[in-house]
Formats: sequence, C-alpha cells, structure tokens
Amino acid sequence: MKSNKSRRGILSRLIKALFFREKTAKIGIYGPPNAGKTTLANRIIHTFVDENEDIGVSTEVPHETRRAVRRGGIIIDVKSKSVQNPNPNSNPESMTAGRKAKGRLKLDVVDTPGLATKIDFHEFMAYGLEEEEAKRRAKEATEGVIEAIKWLDDIDGIVLLMDSTKDPYTQTNIVIVGNMEARGTPIIIAANKMDLADAAPQRIINAFPQHPVIPISALKGENMEALYEEMARRFR
Amino acid sequence: MEIKMDMISEDKINSMGSMEKLRFVLDGVKSGNIVVLEGGLTPEEQMKLIELTMMEVNEDFPGIEMSGYPAKRGFLNLRRKTRLTVIGPAKVMRTIKKEKDLISAMISAI
Repeated sequence: MKSNKSRRGILSRLIKALFFREKTAKIGIYGPPNAGKTTLANRIIHTFVDENEDIGVSTEVPHETRRAVRRGGIIIDVKSKSVQNPNPNSNPESMTAGRKAKGRLKLDVVDTPGLATKIDFHEFMAYGLEEEEAKRRAKEATEGVIEAIKWLDDIDGIVLLMDSTKDPYTQTNIVIVGNMEARGTPIIIAANKMDLADAAPQRIINAFPQHPVIPISALKGENMEALYEEMARRFR
Repeated sequence: MEIKMDMISEDKINSMGSMEKLRFVLDGVKSGNIVVLEGGLTPEEQMKLIELTMMEVNEDFPGIEMSGYPAKRGFLNLRRKTRLTVIGPAKVMRTIKKEKDLISAMISAI
C-alpha cells in the first residue's frame, strides 16, 4: 500500500517535471558602459539569492565587465515582497501606474559588457591605467562588445539599463531597442541612477514611449519592486 | 586636413548585399571619410556594423561614431522603413546633439 503511494508520488513528480516545468527565462542586462548593469545584477542576486554573492565588480572605469556572466536559478517572487514607493516626492511609480503585477519568475540573469561603437585606450589612461594595461583593457573590451551582441541570440528578454542623468537618445540605445523590436523580444527599460540630483527619467520615457520605463536606483535599491513586478509580468 | 564626405543614394545601397554594404561603409570610414546613407541601415545592420567595427578596432582606429533616425513603421506596422544614417571615424566625428528629428555632429580635423 505504502509503496503504491510512493510510486504514485514519484509518477506525479515525473509528470510535473516533464509537462508542467516552470520555464526559466534567460534575461540579459544590456546598456552602455557605466550605466550600472553589474550593480543591477548584483542587486537582483542579493535580493533573491544570497546577499553576499556578487556576479561582478562595479567601478567607475568604463568596461569593467568585459565578459558576459550568467547566474542561473534566480526566482523572483513578487508576492512575497511588499510594494513601496521609496521616493514619494518623485513618485516614480506613477509612471507605471496600473501595471502592477504579482507572480513568480524563474530566471537566469546575464550581465553583459557595455555596448559601444568606439573603444579608445586613451580613455582608460585618464583613469590612471598604464598604457599597456589600457591597451589590454581596450582589446578585451572590444571582445566583450562582440560577446554581448552574440548573446542576443540566446536571450528571452532584456532589461535595457540607461543612465537617467544622460541623454538617452544615443545610437547604441536606439540600435538595441530596434533589434529587440525586430526580434519580438520583450524589453524593459530601467532608468537607473534616479537617486542623483540631475536624474531625469522623464527624458527616457519621452524617447522610448513604446516600452515600459521604470526609474530605479540599483545602487540604493530604490523602486526595485516596480522593476521586479514588470519583469514578472513581461518575462513570464 | 580635409575630410571627405560620401553621400550614398538609397539605390546604390539597395543594390548591395548586407555584408557588402557594411564592408563598403566600414572601409570608407576607416579611410577617414564621413559616410552618409540616404536610406540608412536597419537596426540589425547597425548591430552587425558595431560587431564588425569591434573586430577591427586598434590603436589607430578606435571605432566609429554613428547617428541615425529610428526606422519608421510602414503599412500595418509590418514593414519598417529605415532612414538616414551618418557614420564617421570616432577620431573626427562626434555627435553633440541628437533628438527625435535632429542630429548635430561636430567634425574636427586632427
């Protein structure tokens, strides 16, 4: 009797595993250099996996991430998190009003190198790097850009990170958005660095009105719940 | 120093295959020219051009500066119509202002 029950349990688990498996979405974090992609990837991992685990290192030197890094097995469960507006004065959630969603999303996060059309080793020397080191970094950065582009073939959705203190209408942003639209890949734009005094997320909303734009501060963890909700809604 | 500007008609661009087009643009830019494409490049072609550029970046050629208008949606939102794209060597061209319907670029001889 007991063994029959146990067999049925195994069978039901097997059926569930085969036919009702939770799909894992592969989500790429894309954007220009220094937009805060690694900071965002680290924030997601700290929140949902392990607060002591980092996917990469963030510094002020551009192209710090020169290899795409994938972290699997992340479960975003927005039901278990309270929804708050961390910055009531700016009221960023009003920009995503009516779009609240609850749910669970199993995903792999891919932190990608920053996309750029030019990489000049002199730029790294301005941050104090020796000439040889700057040249090596520039070479690795070009390889990183190619790797980030290649990854586009393997991802199910992207979080495009833009710096809210900068002009969003750059060609790399336009190219990424255009490519995702052509492929029909879901896209969320995260307007990062909303905590800075000169941040203007509205400029990003005006530039890309056809896509959801969520103002966040990946560094300070502000308005992250709105981003997780949108991810759970769009990438499920 | 003089800077040459090549303005390429849509017919000329359309007569080329995708890779041929990108090679033509990149060769022109690596020679120090500003290339203006009347019909523009699709987002996919622009991404390919970035990839191709990165393969050829070196100490003398740090890359390209590219500006263009996003493709326009055509009938029933199905066909996308690309628009003007300007590509130049990063050493001489710098986009100083870019809006939905305005591109200002600075071209400075070395």
